[in-house]
Amino acid sequence: MKVDTSNPLWRFRGVTSAAMMFFAYLYLPIVVLIALSFNENRLATIWTGFTTDWYLVALGNDDMLRAAGNSLIIAVSATVIATLAATLAALGMSSGNRFRGEAGVAAMLALPLLVPEIVTAVATLLFFVALGVKLGLLSVIVAHTVFCIPFAYLPIRARLEGMDPSLTEAAHDLYANEWKAFRRVTLPLLWPGIMSGAMLSFIISLDDFVISYFVGGAGATTLPIYIFGMIRMGITPEVNAVSALMLLVSILFVSVSFLIDRIRY
Amino acid sequence: MSEVVVSARSVSKSFGNGAGVVKALDDVSVDILQNEFFTMLGPSGCGKTTLLRLIGGFEQATAGEILLEGEALQDLPPYKRPINTVFQSYALFPHLTVRQNITFGLEMKGIDRKKANARADEMLELVQLAQYGDRVPSQLSGGQQQRIALARALAPAPKVLLLDEPLSALDLKLRKEMQVELKRLQTETGITFVFVTHDQEEALAMSDRIAVMQAGHILQIGAPEEIYERPTHRFVADFIGESNFLSGEIFSSADGAWSLRVEGVGEVVLAQESSTGKLGKVTVSIRPERLSLGHESEQGTDRLKGVVANKVYIGTDTAYRIHLGDGQPLLSVRVQNANGVTGHFSEGESVSVCIPSDAARVLVD
Amino acid sequence: MRNLVRSKRFWLVAPAVVYIAFFMAIPLLQMAYVSVLERGEYGGVNWGVFSFDAYRNFIFERDLMDNLMINTDYLQVFARSFGLSAMTMTFALILGFPTAFYISTQAQSRRNFLIFLVTIPFWTNILVRNYAWILLLRNGGLVDNLLGFFGWETGGLDILYTPYAVSIGLTYTYLPFMVLPIYASLEKLDHRLIEAAFDLGADKRRAMMRVILPLAAPGIAAGCILVFVPCLGAYVTPELLGGGKFNMIANLIGSQFGSARNWPFGAGLGFVLLAVVLLSMVAYSLKFKSLPEDKS
Repeated sequence: MKVDTSNPLWRFRGVTSAAMMFFAYLYLPIVVLIALSFNENRLATIWTGFTTDWYLVALGNDDMLRAAGNSLIIAVSATVIATLAATLAALGMSSGNRFRGEAGVAAMLALPLLVPEIVTAVATLLFFVALGVKLGLLSVIVAHTVFCIPFAYLPIRARLEGMDPSLTEAAHDLYANEWKAFRRVTLPLLWPGIMSGAMLSFIISLDDFVISYFVGGAGATTLPIYIFGMIRMGITPEVNAVSALMLLVSILFVSVSFLIDRIRY
Repeated sequence: MSEVVVSARSVSKSFGNGAGVVKALDDVSVDILQNEFFTMLGPSGCGKTTLLRLIGGFEQATAGEILLEGEALQDLPPYKRPINTVFQSYALFPHLTVRQNITFGLEMKGIDRKKANARADEMLELVQLAQYGDRVPSQLSGGQQQRIALARALAPAPKVLLLDEPLSALDLKLRKEMQVELKRLQTETGITFVFVTHDQEEALAMSDRIAVMQAGHILQIGAPEEIYERPTHRFVADFIGESNFLSGEIFSSADGAWSLRVEGVGEVVLAQESSTGKLGKVTVSIRPERLSLGHESEQGTDRLKGVVANKVYIGTDTAYRIHLGDGQPLLSVRVQNANGVTGHFSEGESVSVCIPSDAARVLVD
Repeated sequence: MRNLVRSKRFWLVAPAVVYIAFFMAIPLLQMAYVSVLERGEYGGVNWGVFSFDAYRNFIFERDLMDNLMINTDYLQVFARSFGLSAMTMTFALILGFPTAFYISTQAQSRRNFLIFLVTIPFWTNILVRNYAWILLLRNGGLVDNLLGFFGWETGGLDILYTPYAVSIGLTYTYLPFMVLPIYASLEKLDHRLIEAAFDLGADKRRAMMRVILPLAAPGIAAGCILVFVPCLGAYVTPELLGGGKFNMIANLIGSQFGSARNWPFGAGLGFVLLAVVLLSMVAYSLKFKSLPEDKS
């Protein structure tokens, strides 16, 4: 829909104010949390002055750093495996002859997005227990990879869809065999999609709580699980600082991912 | 007679399977000669692009074979055929510079970088874009991209250059320019061009020979004049330019000449070469500009009587529609306004239409 | 040749498909299987011993005399989950539709930015987002202070750890899912249709009701499903903002693998929740001939 918004014909009563309320609702908690993380006051609600002390306290907490380390190991591993699998799958699903079972493959790739997290969590837990797998970092990595695949897949697939199929044909026409055409033409053009998909699956993994909580076991405390424990214990400025950090990391990653995805040649 | 470069032998191509089979090409045979500008002309869906893609190796024929200089190409993938393509969308690699685009094919053939760059400069010179080597395609205009696509495809010196409606995205003025340019490049490089288009003017302007295609068949192959002046099929006469179709009966008159009797209208004499020698019911095609109008009192064996149904002034010409008789389609007549006289006949006036004996062509079907 | 192409494509999709099949599809099937097994004495399950206790327990319980009695505890959790989800969906629709409409009437570059703003919270940690609401809603928190500032002394708002807090948190969490699909359907809408409605004498209200809303219906339905379904499976929000007192289905499932140690029951509940999700997807695709994904 492309309209001239200066035309009063397109002003429907209440629409603009509802939209403003929507964005206020969406961003008020985020802004408040970040502001309070810089509040000097221990009680965390009355503003008494600016400080970055709570960040120093949080970053000096060894348990928390260990949890963050676990989160990083898990997110990096899951991202690498998921992005690789997703890239191959997107290439396999991209244009060309349709193949039998294509709809089934598409459904399988979307499955992790459809199933409620809690169901995934307990089903995976039951599966690992039945197989006798010891719960720990490895079990979390395996579980994260599953739901990272569709998040990595979507931007890569979108990029392939938007690619002119005659570019590959042109490469073949100019004496590039299958591998060279992929290496010199398809891959360079696909690269932003792959990067964007990888970054999305990285934050999705980094932020996950429910699945890590159930399949993690004692040895695999991730940062969100640690934060959950802290929140349960009570509200402290330290929690505010850690939470604000997590928010900023996510926002940073998702912004970069979107910027990469907008690269057009 | 020149040597045959590409030849298609009884080629058929179907898409889909089961109930949804579409036959894009049906038993097509054609020889394309060394050093010619060969055009495949037809409406969309006639199979012209499919035939081009078969020659390029992007599709596999369902039946028949395609030969390059006498050798079967069937099992060769596109990257092993000494044939290059200018794609309809140009398909310039957006992540590479103009020069890298042009050297791509040379590098893939294993030509060293220095030679490849020299060849690229030569090609840029050829398409008159010498100073654009370091730009990327998105910084070029449509016409420039077109030239680069040509340079890229010509750089490896292919035996045949395939062009898939390369001018369709350009505006009219640029298209006219590129028509001249393409013809020049073909003459200068001496490479066989196989050109696909649905634009009849384009085909007439550039081609040495034209193959007119319809519904997976080649109807007629010939030089532009031949296709235009002596169409063999109703479709060809209709698709290229404007044509009148008169149905009637051919009979041999007492003095040995052939005549066409149009029921309820009259008879006209046809030249010997107009006829295919068949007698009985036929359809003939007559170009409107070959006809002329005269006063109703003028009479002769080359004339039919009619009434002006309407006339339209169209600048260079005046287009008349003549009512010959009930049950006959209106006859279209173009009269040049060369003398600035435009008002010869008015609507409703009775006229006699002059049909020169070599103007009518008896159609195969 | 054709077969070769097909098999190449097969090998490309195989790793992802096999991975998801093995670590998600099979576990889900196994979960369904576990739900009809007998629970183990000290947690876990007795493999191979079948029992429908999980599904019977949902409605009945045995009293001390071993009589079956109707137990409404679990039904209440389900009713609460559906109620809260419906409420969340309604709030999200009331706020989300005008927002989607607003975005769809903006200039292209501004639209992309606004849509980006809508999606950002989705990518942030769900615990943190809910924690922020604790800071806002608790007694002496920002909302309380603000109300006091405007002269409404609440004497403690007492809203945190109530179903209202849960509802606010759920709406917050799932709101973006309402906007995206509605925006996608409004964006495709030909504005000349609306001008035609004006031209034919419809005022703004009727243009909205008779033209815009019906044309946006697939987007609205998709948005409602995308809010309702994940909401039904919400775990973190009731845990944090409900203080564990106003459990929803997911919390009930979770507790079967924790303190309650009734794995077959947890598996059965999970299976029921999954069935609700899949059925609503099927219903949508039957009605609109496509899946309820946001196409933006």
